[in-house]
Amino acid sequence: MEAVFSFLSYNFMKNALLAMVIITPLFGMLGTVIVNNRMAFFSDALGHSAFTGIALGVILGVEDINMSMAAFAVLFALFLNYIKRKNTISTDTVISVFSSLGTAAGLVILSGNGDFSKYSALLVGDILSITRREILLLEAVFVISVFFWLFFFNWLHAGSINETMARSKKINTVLADNCFSVLMAVIIMLSIRWVGILIINALLILPAAASRNLASNMREYHGYAVMISMFSGILGLLLSYYNNTAAGPTIVIVAAAIFFLTLLARPYVK
Amino acid sequence: MLEGVEGASLKMHKNIKENQKNGINCGLHCIKIKDFKVTAGDDSTILEHINFHIHCGQLTAVIGKNGAGKSTLIKAILGEIPHEGTIECRDMKRNVFQDIRIGYVPQYLNIDKNTPASVYDMFASYIGRFPVFLWKKKSLYQEIKGYLRVFEAQDLIDKAIGDLSGGELQRVLLSLAITPPPNLLLLDEPVSGMDQNGLDLFYNNLDYLKKNYDLAVILISHDLEYIEKYADYVVLLDKSIKKEGTPKEVFGSREFVETFGRRGFDGSGI
Repeated sequence: MEAVFSFLSYNFMKNALLAMVIITPLFGMLGTVIVNNRMAFFSDALGHSAFTGIALGVILGVEDINMSMAAFAVLFALFLNYIKRKNTISTDTVISVFSSLGTAAGLVILSGNGDFSKYSALLVGDILSITRREILLLEAVFVISVFFWLFFFNWLHAGSINETMARSKKINTVLADNCFSVLMAVIIMLSIRWVGILIINALLILPAAASRNLASNMREYHGYAVMISMFSGILGLLLSYYNNTAAGPTIVIVAAAIFFLTLLARPYVK
Repeated sequence: MLEGVEGASLKMHKNIKENQKNGINCGLHCIKIKDFKVTAGDDSTILEHINFHIHCGQLTAVIGKNGAGKSTLIKAILGEIPHEGTIECRDMKRNVFQDIRIGYVPQYLNIDKNTPASVYDMFASYIGRFPVFLWKKKSLYQEIKGYLRVFEAQDLIDKAIGDLSGGELQRVLLSLAITPPPNLLLLDEPVSGMDQNGLDLFYNNLDYLKKNYDLAVILISHDLEYIEKYADYVVLLDKSIKKEGTPKEVFGSREFVETFGRRGFDGSGI
Protein backbone atom coordinates (compact mmCIF):
# COMPACT_ATOMS: atom_id res chain seq x y z
CA MET A 1 0.00 0.00 0.00
CA GLU A 2 2.75 2.36 0.96
CA ALA A 3 4.41 1.77 -2.38
CA VAL A 4 1.28 2.78 -4.26
CA PHE A 5 1.14 6.13 -2.50
CA SER A 6 4.86 6.77 -2.63
CA PHE A 7 4.30 9.30 -5.41
CA LEU A 8 2.75 11.65 -2.87
CA SER A 9 6.17 12.30 -1.40
CA TYR A 10 6.84 14.40 -4.51
CA ASN A 11 5.35 17.87 -4.44
CA PHE A 12 4.79 17.97 -8.20
CA MET A 13 2.69 14.79 -7.95
CA LYS A 14 0.65 16.25 -5.10
CA ASN A 15 -0.06 19.33 -7.19
CA ALA A 16 -0.86 17.28 -10.26
CA LEU A 17 -3.27 15.15 -8.29
CA LEU A 18 -4.94 18.21 -6.82
CA ALA A 19 -5.29 19.76 -10.28
CA MET A 20 -6.83 16.52 -11.57
CA VAL A 21 -9.40 16.50 -8.78
CA ILE A 22 -10.43 20.02 -9.78
CA ILE A 23 -10.32 19.77 -13.58
CA THR A 24 -11.84 16.36 -14.20
CA PRO A 25 -15.25 16.94 -12.54
CA LEU A 26 -15.55 20.14 -14.57
CA PHE A 27 -14.76 18.24 -17.75
CA GLY A 28 -17.36 15.60 -16.92
CA MET A 29 -19.94 18.27 -16.23
CA LEU A 30 -19.30 20.35 -19.35
CA GLY A 31 -19.17 17.19 -21.43
CA THR A 32 -22.80 16.35 -20.64
CA VAL A 33 -23.99 19.37 -22.60
CA ILE A 34 -21.33 19.14 -25.30
CA VAL A 35 -22.40 15.56 -26.08
CA ASN A 36 -26.13 16.28 -25.79
CA ASN A 37 -25.88 19.25 -28.14
CA ARG A 38 -23.56 17.46 -30.56
CA MET A 39 -20.91 20.14 -30.09
CA ALA A 40 -17.88 17.82 -30.16
CA PHE A 41 -16.58 19.52 -33.25
CA PHE A 42 -17.14 22.93 -31.73
CA SER A 43 -15.10 22.17 -28.62
CA ASP A 44 -12.38 20.63 -30.76
CA ALA A 45 -12.11 23.84 -32.76
CA LEU A 46 -11.91 25.82 -29.52
CA GLY A 47 -8.99 23.69 -28.38
CA HIS A 48 -7.13 24.30 -31.61
CA SER A 49 -7.69 28.03 -31.37
CA ALA A 50 -5.15 27.98 -28.54
CA PHE A 51 -2.36 28.17 -31.14
CA THR A 52 -3.76 31.40 -32.52
CA GLY A 53 -4.26 32.82 -29.03
CA ILE A 54 -0.64 32.14 -28.10
CA ALA A 55 0.62 33.54 -31.39
CA LEU A 56 -1.40 36.72 -30.93
CA GLY A 57 -0.03 37.01 -27.41
CA VAL A 58 3.51 36.74 -28.74
CA ILE A 59 2.90 39.34 -31.46
CA LEU A 60 1.19 41.81 -29.14
CA GLY A 61 3.80 41.23 -26.46
CA VAL A 62 1.26 40.12 -23.86
CA GLU A 63 3.08 38.96 -20.77
CA ASP A 64 0.60 36.39 -19.53
CA ILE A 65 -0.01 33.93 -22.36
CA ASN A 66 -3.05 32.57 -20.48
CA MET A 67 -4.77 35.91 -20.97
CA SER A 68 -4.29 36.18 -24.72
CA MET A 69 -5.31 32.53 -25.15
CA ALA A 70 -8.48 32.91 -23.12
CA ALA A 71 -9.42 36.24 -24.70
CA PHE A 72 -9.02 34.90 -28.21
CA ALA A 73 -10.88 31.67 -27.43
CA VAL A 74 -13.83 33.61 -25.97
CA LEU A 75 -14.11 35.77 -29.09
CA PHE A 76 -13.70 32.74 -31.30
CA ALA A 77 -16.45 30.87 -29.42
CA LEU A 78 -18.89 33.78 -29.70
CA PHE A 79 -18.05 34.13 -33.37
CA LEU A 80 -18.69 30.43 -34.02
CA ASN A 81 -22.00 30.71 -32.14
CA TYR A 82 -23.00 33.64 -34.29
CA ILE A 83 -22.27 31.67 -37.46
CA LYS A 84 -24.15 28.67 -36.11
CA ARG A 85 -27.24 30.82 -35.60
CA LYS A 86 -26.99 32.40 -39.04
CA ASN A 87 -27.33 28.88 -40.33
CA THR A 88 -26.64 29.78 -43.93
CA ILE A 89 -24.06 27.15 -44.81
CA SER A 90 -23.17 23.88 -43.14
CA THR A 91 -21.89 24.73 -39.65
CA ASP A 92 -19.42 21.84 -39.60
CA THR A 93 -17.73 23.14 -42.70
CA VAL A 94 -17.49 26.69 -41.43
CA ILE A 95 -16.10 25.62 -38.07
CA SER A 96 -13.56 23.45 -39.83
CA VAL A 97 -12.46 26.28 -42.10
CA PHE A 98 -11.92 28.73 -39.25
CA SER A 99 -10.37 26.12 -37.00
CA SER A 100 -7.77 25.11 -39.57
CA LEU A 101 -7.09 28.71 -40.50
CA GLY A 102 -6.58 29.59 -36.84
CA THR A 103 -4.28 26.65 -36.24
CA ALA A 104 -2.24 27.32 -39.37
CA ALA A 105 -1.85 31.03 -38.67
CA GLY A 106 -0.80 30.28 -35.11
CA LEU A 107 1.75 27.69 -36.21
CA VAL A 108 3.20 29.95 -38.90
CA ILE A 109 3.71 32.77 -36.42
CA LEU A 110 5.09 30.57 -33.65
CA SER A 111 7.53 28.80 -35.97
CA GLY A 112 8.51 32.16 -37.48
CA ASN A 113 11.98 32.27 -36.04
CA GLY A 114 12.52 28.60 -36.72
CA ASP A 115 11.95 27.62 -33.12
CA PHE A 116 8.64 25.89 -32.53
CA SER A 117 10.09 23.37 -30.10
CA LYS A 118 9.43 25.45 -27.01
CA TYR A 119 5.71 25.30 -27.81
CA SER A 120 5.57 21.62 -28.68
CA ALA A 121 4.91 20.76 -25.02
CA LEU A 122 1.47 22.28 -25.60
CA LEU A 123 0.49 19.44 -27.87
CA VAL A 124 0.42 16.80 -25.14
CA GLY A 125 0.50 19.04 -22.09
CA ASP A 126 2.42 18.68 -18.87
CA ILE A 127 0.36 18.28 -15.75
CA LEU A 128 3.46 17.77 -13.60
CA SER A 129 4.60 21.36 -14.10
CA ILE A 130 1.52 22.91 -12.54
CA THR A 131 2.15 25.25 -9.60
CA ARG A 132 0.11 26.09 -6.48
CA ARG A 133 -0.74 29.52 -7.85
CA GLU A 134 -2.17 28.02 -11.02
CA ILE A 135 -4.18 25.56 -9.01
CA LEU A 136 -5.73 28.50 -7.18
CA LEU A 137 -6.86 29.89 -10.52
CA LEU A 138 -8.44 26.53 -11.41
CA GLU A 139 -10.24 26.52 -8.06
CA ALA A 140 -11.76 29.91 -8.82
CA VAL A 141 -12.91 28.70 -12.22
CA PHE A 142 -14.34 25.60 -10.57
CA VAL A 143 -16.52 27.64 -8.22
CA ILE A 144 -17.73 29.93 -11.00
CA SER A 145 -18.57 26.97 -13.22
CA VAL A 146 -20.59 25.22 -10.54
CA PHE A 147 -22.64 28.36 -9.92
CA PHE A 148 -23.15 28.80 -13.63
CA TRP A 149 -24.33 25.22 -13.88
CA LEU A 150 -26.80 25.58 -11.02
CA PHE A 151 -28.27 28.63 -12.61
CA PHE A 152 -28.18 27.85 -16.33
CA PHE A 153 -28.29 24.09 -16.77
CA ASN A 154 -32.08 23.86 -17.04
CA TRP A 155 -32.05 26.44 -19.80
CA LEU A 156 -29.26 24.66 -21.65
CA HIS A 157 -31.13 21.40 -21.36
CA ALA A 158 -34.43 22.89 -22.51
CA GLY A 159 -32.68 24.49 -25.48
CA SER A 160 -30.98 21.26 -26.44
CA ILE A 161 -34.26 19.30 -26.54
CA ASN A 162 -36.04 21.86 -28.69
CA GLU A 163 -34.98 25.45 -29.00
CA THR A 164 -38.27 26.82 -30.31
CA MET A 165 -40.16 25.15 -27.49
CA ALA A 166 -37.71 26.71 -25.01
CA ARG A 167 -38.30 30.14 -26.52
CA SER A 168 -42.07 29.68 -26.22
CA LYS A 169 -41.43 29.30 -22.48
CA LYS A 170 -39.52 32.59 -22.51
CA ILE A 171 -36.19 30.89 -22.01
CA ASN A 172 -33.30 32.94 -23.34
CA THR A 173 -31.50 30.16 -25.17
CA VAL A 174 -29.09 32.49 -26.96
CA LEU A 175 -27.85 33.95 -23.68
CA ALA A 176 -27.48 30.50 -22.10
CA ASP A 177 -25.70 29.19 -25.18
CA ASN A 178 -23.29 32.11 -25.37
CA CYS A 179 -22.48 31.97 -21.66
CA PHE A 180 -21.87 28.24 -21.96
CA SER A 181 -19.51 28.73 -24.91
CA VAL A 182 -17.59 31.43 -23.06
CA LEU A 183 -17.27 29.23 -19.99
CA MET A 184 -16.14 26.33 -22.15
CA ALA A 185 -13.54 28.54 -23.87
CA VAL A 186 -12.12 29.73 -20.55
CA ILE A 187 -11.95 26.26 -19.03
CA ILE A 188 -10.34 24.75 -22.12
CA MET A 189 -7.75 27.50 -22.30
CA LEU A 190 -6.84 27.35 -18.63
CA SER A 191 -6.37 23.60 -18.68
CA ILE A 192 -4.86 23.15 -22.10
CA ARG A 193 -1.27 23.59 -20.89
CA TRP A 194 -1.73 20.73 -18.45
CA VAL A 195 -3.77 18.44 -20.64
CA GLY A 196 -2.60 19.18 -24.16
CA ILE A 197 -4.23 20.50 -27.32
CA LEU A 198 -4.31 17.13 -29.03
CA ILE A 199 -6.28 15.34 -26.34
CA ILE A 200 -8.33 17.91 -24.47
CA ASN A 201 -11.41 17.20 -26.56
CA ALA A 202 -11.26 13.50 -25.78
CA LEU A 203 -11.37 14.32 -22.07
CA LEU A 204 -14.43 16.49 -22.59
CA ILE A 205 -16.32 13.98 -24.72
CA LEU A 206 -15.42 10.51 -23.45
CA PRO A 207 -16.79 10.64 -19.86
CA ALA A 208 -20.15 12.06 -20.94
CA ALA A 209 -20.37 9.69 -23.91
CA ALA A 210 -19.67 6.73 -21.61
CA SER A 211 -22.20 8.02 -19.10
CA ARG A 212 -24.89 8.21 -21.77
CA ASN A 213 -24.54 4.48 -22.24
CA LEU A 214 -25.58 3.89 -18.64
CA ALA A 215 -27.78 6.80 -17.58
CA SER A 216 -31.51 7.20 -18.13
CA ASN A 217 -31.99 10.51 -16.37
CA MET A 218 -30.08 13.72 -15.72
CA ARG A 219 -28.94 12.83 -12.22
CA GLU A 220 -27.38 9.58 -13.37
CA TYR A 221 -25.96 11.28 -16.46
CA HIS A 222 -24.13 13.90 -14.40
CA GLY A 223 -23.16 11.49 -11.64
CA TYR A 224 -21.61 8.88 -13.93
CA ALA A 225 -19.92 11.48 -16.14
CA VAL A 226 -18.22 13.17 -13.19
CA MET A 227 -17.22 9.86 -11.60
CA ILE A 228 -15.84 8.41 -14.85
CA SER A 229 -13.96 11.62 -15.55
CA MET A 230 -12.38 11.74 -12.07
CA PHE A 231 -11.60 8.04 -12.08
CA SER A 232 -9.87 8.18 -15.48
CA GLY A 233 -7.99 11.33 -14.46
CA ILE A 234 -6.60 9.90 -11.26
CA LEU A 235 -5.93 6.39 -12.54
CA GLY A 236 -4.34 7.79 -15.70
CA LEU A 237 -2.08 10.05 -13.67
CA LEU A 238 -0.90 7.15 -11.48
CA LEU A 239 -0.34 4.87 -14.45
CA SER A 240 1.66 7.57 -16.21
CA TYR A 241 3.77 8.05 -13.09
CA TYR A 242 4.62 4.36 -12.70
CA ASN A 243 5.07 3.71 -16.43
CA ASN A 244 6.84 6.96 -17.15
CA THR A 245 4.43 8.03 -19.92
CA ALA A 246 2.79 11.35 -20.69
CA ALA A 247 -0.17 11.90 -18.34
CA GLY A 248 -2.74 13.35 -20.77
CA PRO A 249 -2.69 10.52 -23.32
CA THR A 250 -2.67 7.90 -20.56
CA ILE A 251 -5.80 9.43 -19.09
CA VAL A 252 -7.47 9.41 -22.50
CA ILE A 253 -6.71 5.71 -22.91
CA VAL A 254 -8.27 4.92 -19.53
CA ALA A 255 -11.35 7.00 -20.41
CA ALA A 256 -11.65 5.32 -23.81
CA ALA A 257 -11.40 1.88 -22.19
CA ILE A 258 -14.24 2.84 -19.84
CA PHE A 259 -16.27 4.06 -22.78
CA PHE A 260 -16.00 0.68 -24.50
CA LEU A 261 -16.87 -1.12 -21.27
CA THR A 262 -20.04 0.95 -20.89
CA LEU A 263 -20.89 0.24 -24.51
CA LEU A 264 -20.74 -3.48 -23.73
CA ALA A 265 -22.70 -2.99 -20.51
CA ARG A 266 -25.42 -0.88 -22.09
CA PRO A 267 -27.84 -3.67 -23.06
CA TYR A 268 -27.82 -4.92 -19.46
CA VAL A 269 -28.17 -1.54 -17.78
CA LYS A 270 -30.64 0.35 -19.93
CA MET B 1 -38.91 34.06 -6.48
CA LEU B 2 -38.46 30.72 -8.18
CA GLU B 3 -41.06 29.14 -5.98
CA GLY B 4 -43.38 32.01 -6.90
CA VAL B 5 -43.36 31.21 -10.59
CA GLU B 6 -44.17 27.58 -10.02
CA GLY B 7 -46.87 28.48 -7.51
CA ALA B 8 -48.49 30.89 -9.92
CA SER B 9 -48.74 28.37 -12.70
CA LEU B 10 -50.24 25.88 -10.31
CA LYS B 11 -52.84 28.44 -9.35
CA MET B 12 -53.68 28.97 -13.00
CA HIS B 13 -54.22 25.30 -13.42
CA LYS B 14 -56.58 25.35 -10.46
CA ASN B 15 -58.52 28.20 -12.00
CA ILE B 16 -58.89 26.20 -15.12
CA LYS B 17 -60.08 23.23 -13.16
CA GLU B 18 -62.79 25.51 -11.79
CA ASN B 19 -63.62 26.73 -15.26
CA GLN B 20 -64.03 23.14 -16.27
CA LYS B 21 -66.48 22.55 -13.46
CA ASN B 22 -68.56 25.55 -14.42
CA GLY B 23 -68.21 24.81 -18.10
CA ILE B 24 -66.71 28.22 -18.78
CA ASN B 25 -65.20 28.81 -22.14
CA CYS B 26 -65.68 32.49 -22.69
CA GLY B 27 -64.93 32.89 -26.38
CA LEU B 28 -64.17 36.48 -25.55
CA HIS B 29 -60.46 36.53 -26.19
CA CYS B 30 -59.48 37.44 -29.65
CA ILE B 31 -56.05 37.06 -31.20
CA LYS B 32 -55.36 39.10 -34.30
CA ILE B 33 -52.53 38.45 -36.69
CA LYS B 34 -51.99 41.57 -38.76
CA ASP B 35 -50.03 41.90 -41.98
CA PHE B 36 -47.41 39.27 -41.29
CA LYS B 37 -44.64 39.27 -43.83
CA VAL B 38 -41.48 37.16 -43.79
CA THR B 39 -38.63 37.56 -46.24
CA ALA B 40 -35.60 35.36 -46.68
CA GLY B 41 -32.04 36.65 -46.57
CA ASP B 42 -31.98 37.29 -50.33
CA ASP B 43 -35.18 39.38 -50.17
CA SER B 44 -37.40 36.71 -51.66
CA THR B 45 -40.76 36.57 -49.94
CA ILE B 46 -41.71 33.51 -47.93
CA LEU B 47 -44.96 34.83 -46.50
CA GLU B 48 -46.97 37.97 -47.07
CA HIS B 49 -50.36 39.55 -46.41
CA ILE B 50 -51.15 37.19 -43.57
CA ASN B 51 -54.19 38.46 -41.68
CA PHE B 52 -56.52 36.42 -39.58
CA HIS B 53 -58.45 36.37 -36.34
CA ILE B 54 -58.70 33.55 -33.90
CA HIS B 55 -60.95 33.25 -30.91
CA CYS B 56 -60.42 31.19 -27.83
CA GLY B 57 -62.20 27.89 -27.94
CA GLN B 58 -61.52 27.65 -31.64
CA LEU B 59 -59.34 25.22 -33.54
CA THR B 60 -57.82 26.83 -36.61
CA ALA B 61 -56.09 24.48 -39.02
CA VAL B 62 -53.43 25.74 -41.40
CA ILE B 63 -53.06 23.57 -44.48
CA GLY B 64 -50.96 23.81 -47.60
CA LYS B 65 -48.35 22.03 -49.65
CA ASN B 66 -44.81 21.44 -48.46
CA GLY B 67 -42.89 24.68 -48.65
CA ALA B 68 -46.03 26.81 -48.48
CA GLY B 69 -44.67 28.57 -45.40
CA LYS B 70 -46.67 26.79 -42.70
CA SER B 71 -43.79 26.20 -40.30
CA THR B 72 -42.44 29.66 -41.09
CA LEU B 73 -45.76 31.13 -39.99
CA ILE B 74 -45.51 29.32 -36.66
CA LYS B 75 -41.95 30.51 -36.14
CA ALA B 76 -42.94 34.07 -37.01
CA ILE B 77 -45.79 33.97 -34.50
CA LEU B 78 -43.34 32.73 -31.87
CA GLY B 79 -41.01 35.59 -32.76
CA GLU B 80 -38.19 33.23 -33.62
CA ILE B 81 -37.63 34.63 -37.09
CA PRO B 82 -37.80 38.31 -38.00
CA HIS B 83 -41.05 39.41 -39.57
CA GLU B 84 -43.17 42.44 -40.31
CA GLY B 85 -46.64 42.82 -38.87
CA THR B 86 -48.05 42.42 -35.39
CA ILE B 87 -49.90 39.95 -33.28
CA GLU B 88 -52.20 41.14 -30.55
CA CYS B 89 -54.32 39.47 -27.97
CA ARG B 90 -57.41 41.26 -26.76
CA ASP B 91 -59.75 40.57 -23.90
CA MET B 92 -63.02 41.72 -25.39
CA LYS B 93 -64.93 41.51 -22.12
CA ARG B 94 -62.73 44.13 -20.52
CA ASN B 95 -61.62 45.56 -23.85
CA VAL B 96 -57.93 45.54 -22.97
CA PHE B 97 -54.89 44.18 -24.70
CA GLN B 98 -52.87 41.64 -22.87
CA ASP B 99 -49.53 39.94 -23.30
CA ILE B 100 -49.84 36.84 -25.37
CA ARG B 101 -48.65 33.57 -23.87
CA ILE B 102 -47.91 30.91 -26.41
CA GLY B 103 -47.74 27.16 -25.95
CA TYR B 104 -45.94 25.19 -28.62
CA VAL B 105 -45.77 21.55 -29.62
CA PRO B 106 -42.93 20.95 -32.08
CA GLN B 107 -42.69 18.59 -35.00
CA TYR B 108 -39.81 16.68 -33.47
CA LEU B 109 -37.42 16.75 -30.55
CA ASN B 110 -33.67 16.70 -30.72
CA ILE B 111 -33.42 13.38 -28.87
CA ASP B 112 -32.51 9.77 -29.58
CA LYS B 113 -32.96 6.43 -27.86
CA ASN B 114 -29.93 7.09 -25.71
CA THR B 115 -30.94 10.51 -24.42
CA PRO B 116 -30.42 10.46 -20.66
CA ALA B 117 -33.48 12.50 -19.67
CA SER B 118 -36.70 11.40 -18.04
CA VAL B 119 -40.07 13.06 -18.57
CA TYR B 120 -39.56 14.76 -15.21
CA ASP B 121 -36.16 16.11 -16.33
CA MET B 122 -37.59 17.56 -19.52
CA PHE B 123 -40.63 19.06 -17.83
CA ALA B 124 -38.67 20.52 -14.93
CA SER B 125 -36.09 22.07 -17.28
CA TYR B 126 -38.79 23.97 -19.12
CA ILE B 127 -40.95 25.16 -16.26
CA GLY B 128 -38.66 25.41 -13.22
CA ARG B 129 -35.31 26.80 -12.17
CA PHE B 130 -34.39 24.05 -9.70
CA PRO B 131 -31.41 22.29 -11.35
CA VAL B 132 -32.57 18.94 -12.70
CA PHE B 133 -29.14 17.36 -12.28
CA LEU B 134 -29.28 17.61 -8.48
CA TRP B 135 -32.14 15.62 -7.04
CA LYS B 136 -35.81 15.16 -7.79
CA LYS B 137 -37.53 17.93 -5.90
CA LYS B 138 -40.57 16.33 -4.31
CA SER B 139 -42.93 19.29 -4.53
CA LEU B 140 -42.02 19.92 -8.17
CA TYR B 141 -42.35 16.21 -8.94
CA GLN B 142 -45.91 16.15 -7.59
CA GLU B 143 -46.73 19.36 -9.42
CA ILE B 144 -45.53 17.96 -12.74
CA LYS B 145 -47.46 14.78 -12.12
CA GLY B 146 -50.54 16.95 -11.75
CA TYR B 147 -49.89 18.65 -15.09
CA LEU B 148 -49.34 15.30 -16.80
CA ARG B 149 -52.60 13.98 -15.38
CA VAL B 150 -54.60 16.28 -17.71
CA PHE B 151 -53.70 13.90 -20.55
CA GLU B 152 -53.36 10.78 -18.43
CA ALA B 153 -49.60 10.80 -18.77
CA GLN B 154 -48.78 10.87 -15.05
CA ASP B 155 -47.41 7.31 -15.07
CA LEU B 156 -44.79 8.26 -17.66
CA ILE B 157 -43.05 10.76 -15.39
CA ASP B 158 -40.00 8.55 -14.66
CA LYS B 159 -39.68 7.10 -18.15
CA ALA B 160 -36.80 8.16 -20.41
CA ILE B 161 -38.10 10.45 -23.15
CA GLY B 162 -36.30 8.41 -25.79
CA ASP B 163 -38.34 5.34 -24.80
CA LEU B 164 -41.78 6.92 -25.19
CA SER B 165 -44.03 5.92 -28.07
CA GLY B 166 -45.20 8.61 -30.47
CA GLY B 167 -48.56 8.89 -28.74
CA GLU B 168 -47.07 9.00 -25.25
CA LEU B 169 -44.60 11.71 -26.21
CA GLN B 170 -47.45 13.64 -27.77
CA ARG B 171 -49.44 13.64 -24.54
CA VAL B 172 -46.40 14.70 -22.53
CA LEU B 173 -45.69 17.55 -24.95
CA LEU B 174 -49.30 18.69 -24.86
CA SER B 175 -49.19 18.78 -21.06
CA LEU B 176 -45.97 20.76 -21.22
CA ALA B 177 -47.35 23.19 -23.81
CA ILE B 178 -50.31 24.13 -21.61
CA THR B 179 -48.14 24.66 -18.50
CA PRO B 180 -48.62 27.48 -17.63
CA PRO B 181 -51.86 27.80 -19.64
CA PRO B 182 -51.32 29.87 -22.81
CA ASN B 183 -53.77 32.03 -24.77
CA LEU B 184 -52.59 30.47 -27.98
CA LEU B 185 -51.48 26.91 -28.60
CA LEU B 186 -49.38 26.24 -31.70
CA LEU B 187 -49.10 22.70 -32.99
CA ASP B 188 -46.63 22.08 -35.80
CA GLU B 189 -47.54 18.82 -37.53
CA PRO B 190 -47.54 17.04 -34.21
CA VAL B 191 -49.00 13.74 -35.35
CA SER B 192 -46.41 12.30 -37.70
CA GLY B 193 -45.90 8.59 -37.24
CA MET B 194 -49.03 7.93 -35.21
CA ASP B 195 -51.50 5.14 -35.82
CA GLN B 196 -55.27 5.50 -36.17
CA ASN B 197 -55.94 5.08 -32.45
CA GLY B 198 -53.26 7.61 -31.58
CA LEU B 199 -54.74 10.10 -34.03
CA ASP B 200 -58.25 9.69 -32.63
CA LEU B 201 -56.97 10.17 -29.11
CA PHE B 202 -54.94 13.20 -30.13
CA TYR B 203 -57.86 14.98 -31.76
CA ASN B 204 -60.10 14.12 -28.85
CA ASN B 205 -57.54 15.71 -26.57
CA LEU B 206 -57.53 18.85 -28.70
CA ASP B 207 -61.29 18.91 -28.50
CA TYR B 208 -61.10 18.60 -24.75
CA LEU B 209 -58.58 21.45 -24.59
CA LYS B 210 -60.53 23.93 -26.62
CA LYS B 211 -63.72 23.17 -24.73
CA ASN B 212 -62.24 23.39 -21.25
CA TYR B 213 -59.37 25.84 -21.54
CA ASP B 214 -59.48 29.47 -22.38
CA LEU B 215 -57.24 29.15 -25.40
CA ALA B 216 -57.13 29.26 -29.17
CA VAL B 217 -55.42 26.52 -31.16
CA ILE B 218 -53.53 26.78 -34.44
CA LEU B 219 -52.77 23.38 -35.94
CA ILE B 220 -50.59 22.61 -38.92
CA SER B 221 -51.51 19.25 -40.29
CA HIS B 222 -51.81 17.02 -43.33
CA ASP B 223 -54.72 14.92 -42.05
CA LEU B 224 -57.43 16.55 -44.10
CA GLU B 225 -59.96 13.99 -42.96
CA TYR B 226 -59.44 14.87 -39.30
CA ILE B 227 -59.30 18.57 -40.01
CA GLU B 228 -62.68 18.43 -41.66
CA LYS B 229 -64.05 16.67 -38.61
CA TYR B 230 -62.45 18.71 -35.84
CA ALA B 231 -61.36 22.15 -37.12
CA ASP B 232 -63.59 25.18 -36.68
CA TYR B 233 -61.74 27.24 -39.19
CA VAL B 234 -59.33 26.39 -41.98
CA VAL B 235 -56.67 28.56 -43.58
CA LEU B 236 -55.22 27.45 -46.90
CA LEU B 237 -51.71 28.81 -47.20
CA ASP B 238 -49.39 29.21 -50.13
CA LYS B 239 -47.09 32.19 -49.45
CA SER B 240 -50.24 34.14 -48.70
CA ILE B 241 -53.69 33.08 -47.60
CA LYS B 242 -55.38 31.53 -50.62
CA LYS B 243 -58.65 30.70 -48.95
CA GLU B 244 -60.07 30.73 -45.45
CA GLY B 245 -63.35 29.79 -43.85
CA THR B 246 -65.12 26.80 -42.36
CA PRO B 247 -63.77 23.40 -43.40
CA LYS B 248 -66.71 23.01 -45.72
CA GLU B 249 -66.10 26.32 -47.44
CA VAL B 250 -62.39 25.75 -47.88
CA PHE B 251 -62.58 22.08 -48.87
CA GLY B 252 -65.18 22.91 -51.49
CA SER B 253 -63.24 25.78 -52.98
CA ARG B 254 -61.47 26.03 -56.29
CA GLU B 255 -58.22 26.97 -54.52
CA PHE B 256 -58.34 23.78 -52.47
CA VAL B 257 -58.69 21.61 -55.55
CA GLU B 258 -55.83 23.48 -57.21
CA THR B 259 -53.60 22.70 -54.24
CA PHE B 260 -54.55 19.17 -53.32
CA GLY B 261 -56.27 17.87 -56.45
CA ARG B 262 -59.66 16.23 -56.44
CA ARG B 263 -58.62 13.54 -54.01
CA GLY B 264 -59.43 15.72 -51.06
CA PHE B 265 -62.61 17.05 -52.58
CA ASP B 266 -65.05 15.01 -50.56
CA GLY B 267 -62.89 15.19 -47.48
CA SER B 268 -61.88 11.54 -47.61
CA GLY B 269 -58.43 12.01 -49.10
CA ILE B 270 -55.17 12.27 -47.29
